[in-house]
Amino acid sequence: MPRILLLLALALVFGWSQPADAQNFPKLTGRVVDQANLLDPAQEVGLAAKLQNLENTTQRQMVVATVASLEGNDIADYGYKLGRHWGIGDKVRNDGIVLLVAPNERKVHFAVGYGLEPVMPDIFAYRVIQDDILPRFKSGDFPGGINAGVDRASAQLRLPPEEAAKVAAAAEKKKRQSSNGGDISAIIFWLFIFFFVILPIIRAFGSAGRRHRGRDNDGLGPIIIWGGGSGGGSSWGGGGGSSWGGGGFGGGFSGGGGSFGGGGASGGW
Amino acid sequence: MRKTYSKFLIIPLAAATLASCGINSVPTAEEAAKAKWADVENSYQRRSDLIPNLVESVKGAAKSETQILTQVTEARAKATAINITTDDLSDPATFEKFNAAQNQLTQALGQLRSVVENYPQLQSQARYGELMQSLESTENRIDIARRDYNAAVQNYNTTIRTFPDIIGAKIIHGAKPMVPFKATTKGAAEAPKIDMTS
Repeated sequence: MPRILLLLALALVFGWSQPADAQNFPKLTGRVVDQANLLDPAQEVGLAAKLQNLENTTQRQMVVATVASLEGNDIADYGYKLGRHWGIGDKVRNDGIVLLVAPNERKVHFAVGYGLEPVMPDIFAYRVIQDDILPRFKSGDFPGGINAGVDRASAQLRLPPEEAAKVAAAAEKKKRQSSNGGDISAIIFWLFIFFFVILPIIRAFGSAGRRHRGRDNDGLGPIIIWGGGSGGGSSWGGGGGSSWGGGGFGGGFSGGGGSFGGGGASGGW
Repeated sequence: MRKTYSKFLIIPLAAATLASCGINSVPTAEEAAKAKWADVENSYQRRSDLIPNLVESVKGAAKSETQILTQVTEARAKATAINITTDDLSDPATFEKFNAAQNQLTQALGQLRSVVENYPQLQSQARYGELMQSLESTENRIDIARRDYNAAVQNYNTTIRTFPDIIGAKIIHGAKPMVPFKATTKGAAEAPKIDMTS
C-alpha cells in the first residue's frame, strides 16, 4: 500500500512539474539533431563542427534541429518550447539559438534566446530565412539551405575578440557575485543562530544550577545538528548557479539552461 | 528549571516553523510573478512601438482603408493610456480593463492584416514583410510572456492558499491573490479573422 502511494505521489510530482514539456521533443543528442533525416552523416559532422567552433569562439550555443512532426503546433510555439526544453545557451546570458526545420509541415524557424535578441533581431532572422534558406529549400536543397542559414547567422553572432573577452569577464563577475551573495546570507544566518540560539543557551548554562548539566547537554545536541544542516543548505544554493554546459566533456553536449521568449522569425515554403 | 530551558528550545523551533510557513516563499513567488509581468508589459510596449510604422507603410499603399487604420490607431491610444502598476495585479477590475484594451488592439491588428491581404502589391514589399514579421514575433512574445506570467501567478496563488505558507501569507504579508489572464491568447489572436465577416 505505501508503495502505491509513493508511486501516486511520484506521478503527481511529474505531472505537476512538466506540463510544458508534455510534447515528445526529440532528444538533444548533439549540436545537430536530424530527426527528419535531411542530412547525411558527413554533412552532419561538418555542421556540428561549425557550431562547435562558434561556441568555442563566442560561447554562444547554436543548435540545428530537424523534426519529423510539429505535432500540430505552430512552429514558433514549438521552437521556443524546444529551446527551453533543451536549455540551449548559457543560463545567465540566455544566448542560445535553435534553427528548427520541419520538412513535413514545410516550415522553418529561428528561435533566438532572450540575450541574443539585440544581436540577432527578428528582422535579421527573417532576412536569413527569406534570402538564404528558403530559396534553397524551395529547390529541395535542404543541406545547402541549412548550411547557408547557419553560416550567415554565425557570422552575425561572431564578436570582435575584445568584446568577446568582455562578455566572458562579465559572466565570470556575475557568477562570483552570486556566490558572494550566498556567502553573505550564510554568514548572516550563522550570526543569527549564534546570537539568538547558541548565546541564550550558553547563558542559560551559566545561570542554571550545576545540577542539571546532564540534561542541558541532551538539549544541545539536536539544535546544533539542525543549525548545521540549514547553514550548509543555504551556501550550497548560492554556489551552484551557473555552469557553462556544453563543450566541457569530450563528445557529450548539453544546453546551459538558457531560456527563450519568442525572439526570431519563421518562414514557409 | 526545566521550563526555562524549554523556552530557549522554542526559539529555533519557531525559526524553523516560520521559515516553512511562507515568510520567504510568499515574497519569492510574488516577486517572480511581478518579474513575469514586466515581460508582459515590455512585449505589449514593443507591439505598441511597432504600430506607427506599420500604419504608415499601409497608408502609403492602401489609401482607401482609412477606417481600419484609424481603428488601429485609436485602439493603440486606448491601450497605451491604461497604466497598470504591479499593485493592480491583484485587482481584477483594473486588470480586466488593461486586458480588454490590449485585446481590442489585437483584434484591430488582425482586421488590418486581413484587409491588407487584398493588396498583393503591398505584401510583396520587403519593408512590409519585415514589419509583419516583427509584429508576428512580437505577438509570439506577448503570448509567451502571458503564459509565463500565468504560470508564475498560479504558483503564487497556490503558495498563499496552501498550508503551511498560508499562515505567513495571512498573518505577516497580508497577501492577496493575483489575477491571471483568462482567454487563451492563441484564440484571441485568431478571432479577428472571423470578425471580418461582420
